[in-house]
Amino acid sequence: MESTDNWHQNERFLGELKERSGLLIEQLQDNNFEQASDVIRSIMDSRDQHLFNSVGQLTRALHNAIVNFNVDSDVVKAGLERNGDSEIRDASDRLNYVIKMTQEAAEKTMDRVEIAAPIAQSLGQEAKKLKDEWDRLRRREVSKEEFAELYTRIDGFLLQMTLGADALNDNLQAIILEQGFQDLTGQVLKKVIGLVTDVENELVNLMRIAGQVEKVTGVYREDVVTKNVQPIKKGCEAEGPQIHAQLRDDVVNGQDDVDDLLSSLGF
Amino acid sequence: MKILIVDDFSTMRRIIKNLLRDLGFTNTQEADDGATALPMLKAGDFDFLVTDWNMPGMTGIELLKHVRADERLVKLPVLMVTAEAKRDQIIEAAQAGVNGYVVKPFTAQVLKEKIDKIFERVG
Repeated sequence: MESTDNWHQNERFLGELKERSGLLIEQLQDNNFEQASDVIRSIMDSRDQHLFNSVGQLTRALHNAIVNFNVDSDVVKAGLERNGDSEIRDASDRLNYVIKMTQEAAEKTMDRVEIAAPIAQSLGQEAKKLKDEWDRLRRREVSKEEFAELYTRIDGFLLQMTLGADALNDNLQAIILEQGFQDLTGQVLKKVIGLVTDVENELVNLMRIAGQVEKVTGVYREDVVTKNVQPIKKGCEAEGPQIHAQLRDDVVNGQDDVDDLLSSLGF
Repeated sequence: MKILIVDDFSTMRRIIKNLLRDLGFTNTQEADDGATALPMLKAGDFDFLVTDWNMPGMTGIELLKHVRADERLVKLPVLMVTAEAKRDQIIEAAQAGVNGYVVKPFTAQVLKEKIDKIFERVG
């Protein structure tokens, strides 16, 4: 809709410009200077009108973009108080939620492992001791009293084993359940990705309309100049995990690459 | 052997702490960024530093540079355990005097290897 509007407007403006420039030449050739300056004024008027229209469109698009993201207009206007909801702030909240969820899941999982590991360890130790006794029994090295003791220990161990196996199973199941965070955080992240894509589209739209205003006013961005300016060379910035490590040359792909690189540096 | 673990994520500190305990290193302390870690290092008698790179406040690479600039800490063995995986970053860490570099996610085996290697060299 908007782009066809723009197109019509541009066409009309160019048509008027052509038509009136012909008229201007005619008037000048006939030495009708007063009429000529009237034509010049009308050309300027329609240029102004076109400029106003373009700025108007830009303003409307900006307004729509702000409304679409529910950016709190009070914040935009005053830059003071923060109230109401904005999708951007909502996205930050969502991302904080992902951090919280993943942290909780990791912590609960480690809690479970810390409960389970000693159970497995103590069962293993007792089993090993009993095995040694059992071997002695098979070699007929066990006295009657020792056999009675072994008898009770095996009984106790079997009970311990049953309880321990249940406890281990419970903890393992809980660890599996805990992995549900992946599903939940994945959904949240997908929503944030959707929002980022929307923001990008709106920004592209704004840039397109702003480009038309620049064209009408004759203001051009000096791309060439900015291109030639080298960014100031700083130390390495922290970037976090590399998402496409295997596709990039400037990124190592796993610990082996790190080791190779370091050994090439004399480590 | 007293070890300082520096990472802004408490989960990662806990993972490293658990792995270190498994390797027999039980005397560990934690800090959540370089700015907290540096005074601890200067005040305490730490034998080993394990640090992340990307942290708010003071990053791990800045911490490493501060450690190497301090005459009492200049020889402290430092292992970087980080998700930062750019070649330039590893080179920068090496030039700043890191003793080992482990990229996340890592295995217990890799961590053990790197620690063993550092102490082999340091003696």
